[in-house]
Amino acid sequence: MKLFGVLFGRTKTKSSQVAKERLKLVLVHDRIKVSPELLDTLKGELIGAISKHIDIDQAGMEVTITRGDKFDKLVANIPIRRSR
Amino acid sequence: MANVITITSGKGGVGKTTATANLGTALAQRGCKVAVVDADIGLRNLDVVMGLENRIVYDLVDVVEGQCRLRQALIKDKRLPELYLLPAAQTRDKNAVDPKDMIKLCDQLREDFDFVLIDSPAGIEQGYKNAVAPADQVIVITTPEVSAVRDADRIIGLLESAEKRSPRLVINRLKPSMVKRGDMMDTADVLEILAIELLGIVPEDDSIVVSANRGEPVALNGKTRAGMAFQNIARRLLGDEVPFPEFGDGPGLLGRLWGFVRSKPIDFKARN
Repeated sequence: MKLFGVLFGRTKTKSSQVAKERLKLVLVHDRIKVSPELLDTLKGELIGAISKHIDIDQAGMEVTITRGDKFDKLVANIPIRRSR
Repeated sequence: MANVITITSGKGGVGKTTATANLGTALAQRGCKVAVVDADIGLRNLDVVMGLENRIVYDLVDVVEGQCRLRQALIKDKRLPELYLLPAAQTRDKNAVDPKDMIKLCDQLREDFDFVLIDSPAGIEQGYKNAVAPADQVIVITTPEVSAVRDADRIIGLLESAEKRSPRLVINRLKPSMVKRGDMMDTADVLEILAIELLGIVPEDDSIVVSANRGEPVALNGKTRAGMAFQNIARRLLGDEVPFPEFGDGPGLLGRLWGFVRSKPIDFKARN
């Protein structure tokens, strides 16, 4: 069946797996009660605080929430510009 | 001293009332004295699912407001002498009762029963809060669908913040054939997301509709798949270790027998 799928270009993910992945994403936000707006605010304030001291790539900055086993994590990915 | 167990789900239509009626029936069949309480004020249904709708004189709100004594409002089941129903009021709304009333009511019931099962209304508002307030244990029901699982997660979060004992999960209406072809989340998927203890798995079963039509819980007839599943949950509530049957992992005994029957060559001459 898998070979059949590959041959005919039908490598569609099972809908149960799609459901699971979508649920995981939606629940991260449901659980933490952090709205996208709040994430944006946080991002703006982080940029303000950090760029006072370090030259960062503001456009490349990402602030997200990821799920862990016991805790959910607020992850900020902040690229620093190289000085040369 | 009774165990007060609230059955809730967040989302409507996932099987709270069916589960309450069937677990009450299964526990009463095992010799426990059981009261099932319909906390869905304004939208009562536990009475019709159990076939007791014609016997209602007083209801939960009458008891809370002191219009009658608790014993007058309790309806004895037709089939099982140890099973009683406390019906909800139909012409009132959820604000007729508050969590303190429910705690007081259940404390009275505790004296006379081994189990008090409360059928919670859908949602997370007043009615849900009333249903959960007196609970020693909570059973969260979900189906393997995104909307139901999401709402179950919300309920689990609310129960945690209310410092209730960690709820246990019943996965209802699981379709083994859909799980097998990857079109329905299986038990492991749902457990991975909700991360609470599993209490039971109830497969999809047409006999649920038939039994509700007749007002006779399926657990009365242990031969149906759903009936057996509810019997297993009742045994687990009583502390028995009952293994979880595998759904969607290849054909069961019936499927194998059917496969064997079909694999035999058919003698067309004999048929014609």
